[in-house]
Amino acid sequence: MSRRVLVAMSGGVDSSVAAALLCEQGYDVVGVAMRLAPDAPPNTAKRRGTCCSHDDFEDARRVSERMGFPFYVVDLRADFGARVIGNFVSEYLAGRTPNPCVMCNREIKFDRLWSRANALKADFIATGHYARISRDAAGRYHLLRAIDSSKDQSYFLFTLGQTELSRTLFPLGDMTKTEVRARARALGLANADKPESQEICFVPDGDYARFVERLAPEGAIREGWITDDDGNTLAGHAGIHRFTVGQRRGLGIASGEPLYVREIRPDSGEVVVGRRDGLNSRGLIARDVELVDPTTLEAGGSDVEVKIRYRHPGLPARLTLSSPGTAEVRFVSDGPAVTPGQACVFYRGDEVVGGGFIERALRE
Amino acid sequence: MSTYLDHNAGSPLRPEAKAAIARLLEDHGGNPSSVHRTGQSARRMLEAARAEVAALIGADARQLIFTSGGTESNNLAIFGATRALPLRRKIVSSSIEHSSILAPLNALENVVKVAPDREGRLPPDEIVAAIDAETALVSFALANSEVGTIQDVTAIADAASRAGAIFHLDAAQAVGRIPVNVTELRCDLMTLSAHKLGAPAGIGALYLRDPSTLTPMLLGGPQESGLRAGTPNLLGAVAFGAAAAAIAEHFHEEALRVSTLANELLADLFDAIPRLRLNAPIRDRLPNTLNLTFPGVLGESLLIALDLEGIQVSMGSACAAGAVEPSHVLLAMGLTHDEARSSLRLSLGWNTTRNDIARAANIIPRVWRRVSEAEPLTDSGTTGKHWENLR
Repeated sequence: MSRRVLVAMSGGVDSSVAAALLCEQGYDVVGVAMRLAPDAPPNTAKRRGTCCSHDDFEDARRVSERMGFPFYVVDLRADFGARVIGNFVSEYLAGRTPNPCVMCNREIKFDRLWSRANALKADFIATGHYARISRDAAGRYHLLRAIDSSKDQSYFLFTLGQTELSRTLFPLGDMTKTEVRARARALGLANADKPESQEICFVPDGDYARFVERLAPEGAIREGWITDDDGNTLAGHAGIHRFTVGQRRGLGIASGEPLYVREIRPDSGEVVVGRRDGLNSRGLIARDVELVDPTTLEAGGSDVEVKIRYRHPGLPARLTLSSPGTAEVRFVSDGPAVTPGQACVFYRGDEVVGGGFIERALRE
Repeated sequence: MSTYLDHNAGSPLRPEAKAAIARLLEDHGGNPSSVHRTGQSARRMLEAARAEVAALIGADARQLIFTSGGTESNNLAIFGATRALPLRRKIVSSSIEHSSILAPLNALENVVKVAPDREGRLPPDEIVAAIDAETALVSFALANSEVGTIQDVTAIADAASRAGAIFHLDAAQAVGRIPVNVTELRCDLMTLSAHKLGAPAGIGALYLRDPSTLTPMLLGGPQESGLRAGTPNLLGAVAFGAAAAAIAEHFHEEALRVSTLANELLADLFDAIPRLRLNAPIRDRLPNTLNLTFPGVLGESLLIALDLEGIQVSMGSACAAGAVEPSHVLLAMGLTHDEARSSLRLSLGWNTTRNDIARAANIIPRVWRRVSEAEPLTDSGTTGKHWENLR
């Protein structure tokens, strides 16, 4: 009997080709599209172009009809709301800048959907992520960057451990986006040339601040002051959730030189701004650190390359695990602004060692 | 290998209906309104089908018009009746009706919706009390499509008649499954659907005790006594007629057979699954319909897992699939959101065999156990309590 794989399908080109490839490879493919974002309130911008709108599900359904595998829409809105959107809102309210895609992978695709895969007796979960998994002679699994470095999504997947990797398939990790589109056209998939989704799927209009305000608990949004390094008050603001460390635009301050958000202080509601050179950091403290293979790191510190946001090229750094789940990352030379709340992911060459969430910058 | 237990969503085409369609496809067909002999032949077939369908509910053929299905019949009943009695402003219905009744009612004002008890029974006293001289229409399903509960309509028919209100029964799910007789039920209008009883979708009927009761909605030609303009769906009608005749021929043996199979399946599932619950009364229920709450699992997950094992069931109304809102019927009956989300409908029919039931009784408990272990329904994520608070 062929092995069953549950393929998470968004309706985009990537997951469609992933499902089709697995079908061709002889897997018993079961396609699922997840309903994640709550329904947009009436009279808001149309949800086209985001990854989870209903039009897209029809595309995924067409792929399944063409390839002849069963396809289901599953309703995970409650879990997504509680675990991803709830986290997104509370992170912004705490002055941090969250990455919901990492949370969605950790909490939904590789937890909630994982349970569903077990319920459906699936041997594997597959997605259209651009990343690779390899297994060495000792039976350990490794998470690797995709061949197509411009599409590499290994950053979003650092929470996967040995158990997850042993039952996950990324059929696109060895392909370039161009090859994937060509395969999609060859397969006659209607969505071969569909534009990439960019927005966060549950904030289709891109207005994060308004989204947070709509969902914040009563009294959680507080006005505050924008100050400089010396504590001088420069302007008022409508809530710290409107700011991101490193942000320049939208501060509402007239100044002779460009000012950047340097620090957000959730307790006092202060947003500290300064000149660009004041943003630099020497490293960071990460929390909720997870390692792909806990046996790989040397005690006493390891040399890694760290990515502090998705499109970041990576910086050489020294990684030291302190208390469980906490790491100190020291950049080898001066680093850029680090944004609390973002994921920081540790690499050695092409391999993802692990990662965590940025708690704060190290200035010294 | 697959076992189809979703006859309430749509019953597979009966061989008799298939044969009738094949005969007509061989034939010329024609338009029943045409003067020539092909038209006359078409008219004869249409009227024969009408008589067969009418006979199934104890009606005269002249009291039955063909429509495109249950939804159209319900719309015509509601809008046609309220327009025919423009001076009466009140409508009496319930909160557990099919969407093809609830949605038209939403377009109207002054609708009283009676709530059911825990087993889906509508309290006749409350309904009778709500019917007054202002009431234009009283409209209910004779048997609920999701849970199968059969309503006691005797007192309601009396009250509607006394008040001069039009009494409409949606019998789309009941006809063919239980004996339905318009004289005994004393309704003015009755909705019938063909694909629930083994004819194709796209054809239905509306019974009218007195064809002058309604104001038509579709205008155009004089077809169907002027109540439903448009060339009749002859292909659908002959299949509907053939299915109705086949049902009438073996009604009691077949009803007993299906009822026995359903009761055996229910007994086996009760034995194998602790805390399983039937969402309907044991007796006043469509004998083919089992709406069950499976403890500790999401119905969505169990439904998909069963489908992958070749057991096809549903989460209540088929229209809701893909957008899995908990059933409004179960919520109205007082089930919690979690209980409603844990419920599936199994509905048997003419092609269900003893073998199917043995398979289902074997596979369903096994799959339920696996799903409940792999994906337990917990208080946190799956119920969405946090998210509701967030809102």
